[in-house]
Amino acid sequence: MSDQEDDIILSELNDEDLVAQMFDDLYDGLKEEVEEGVNLLLGRDWAPYRVLTEALVGGMTIVGHDFRDGILFVPEVLLAANAMKGGMAILKPLLIATGAPRVGKIVIGTVKGDIHDIGKNLVGMMMEGAGFEVVDLGINNSVDAYLEAIEREGPDILGMSALLTTTMPYMKVVIDTLIEKGMRDDYTVLVGGAPLNEEFGKAIGADAYCRDAAVAVETAKEFMARKHNRMAANA
Amino acid sequence: MRQPLKPVTDEQLSNEGLELRDYGRVLLIACGALAREILALINANGWTHMDLQCLPAIYHNEPSKITPSVKAAIEKYQPEYADIFVVYADCGTGGQLKRLCDDMGVSMIAGPHCYSFYEGNTGFQAREELTCFYLTDFLVRQFDAFFWRPMGLDRHPQLLEMYFGNYTTLVYQAQTQDPLLEAKAQDCARRMGLAYEYRFTGYGDLAGTLDAVAVSHLG
Repeated sequence: MSDQEDDIILSELNDEDLVAQMFDDLYDGLKEEVEEGVNLLLGRDWAPYRVLTEALVGGMTIVGHDFRDGILFVPEVLLAANAMKGGMAILKPLLIATGAPRVGKIVIGTVKGDIHDIGKNLVGMMMEGAGFEVVDLGINNSVDAYLEAIEREGPDILGMSALLTTTMPYMKVVIDTLIEKGMRDDYTVLVGGAPLNEEFGKAIGADAYCRDAAVAVETAKEFMARKHNRMAANA
Repeated sequence: MRQPLKPVTDEQLSNEGLELRDYGRVLLIACGALAREILALINANGWTHMDLQCLPAIYHNEPSKITPSVKAAIEKYQPEYADIFVVYADCGTGGQLKRLCDDMGVSMIAGPHCYSFYEGNTGFQAREELTCFYLTDFLVRQFDAFFWRPMGLDRHPQLLEMYFGNYTTLVYQAQTQDPLLEAKAQDCARRMGLAYEYRFTGYGDLAGTLDAVAVSHLG
């Protein structure tokens, strides 16, 4: 970042310029600056939901596109995600308190035998940003852990993640158990992870394979829209 | 002793691969990270009928490149050889490499990755180690090029916890006994904030598998 940019005083920017600057700060992974921007917008009577969607999600969308297009790489995306996490930590209690719109609910976790959670955490954060309530089960989840969580939480979507070729078949174990118990049609099942592909997602009976966090959010929204349409048609 | 035409550096194995082709009957298409170990086995056993074509080892970091590159190599060299054997495990291809090999009538080494077959697939699976990070001789030598720099840890050390927070132990699976490499592996563990474990594996299942391929094409 240049000296000139270092001199920018966020509080002196108007709303439009501040949001543009927050996009840049998110892109550069500057957590403290993003947190400052969030607090400034809240201080200017922006609703928490507006700060989330227009400033944070807007900025992360650019990061997501540039990652997809090979302009940004994993370290930069993680830094940006860390900056967004800082902003989200400020907004989350306010969003709950103000009853911000909720798109849907997702239970998400890495499958049994797998401790990798970078992708899963990114998806969880982007889902939260998109207005989903996210219940994160963490890593190394057995069938029982998934079942217990979906029975307890009643989500719209179950998300499963795996980084290893050796652990990804476990997703089928979970889906087959849902089928056995007659619960499969109650939930949309989304899967993701580096060694997965669309063919695998279809083969194990998932509703969709999601290539990255941005695709996961779009896919989740699409399935929620379908669900609402079905409910409206049956009403 | 059979050697490539020119001495090959680890950097070349990472980014370019290696070619040792004086037209034996069998071609091994392998990951560049296995080149030195396969060459050692070829020379120790006098497998003059086995040629070696290694693809860039850095595909370790981008497994989506492995299957198409192996496919291109099989298509290119199949007419020149009685048999081709692929010395890649699944290596993060999610079963795609196995399907390719089956479709093209080619065999490949068994296992999910080299960490498994170096230790022996059966023993490795039985350990059920979730929280171990593995390095081989090659990966110890290339630790910065394969992990530290691509993960941005040279520039952003604060990412260490995000990458490795769920890991507990770095396991150095040694193919050769080399005190310098062991010291380097220990230092890698220190940098990652992980406990350190040394395991001498030798060539594990790689030796027996290649021996079976070699024997089946003798005479």
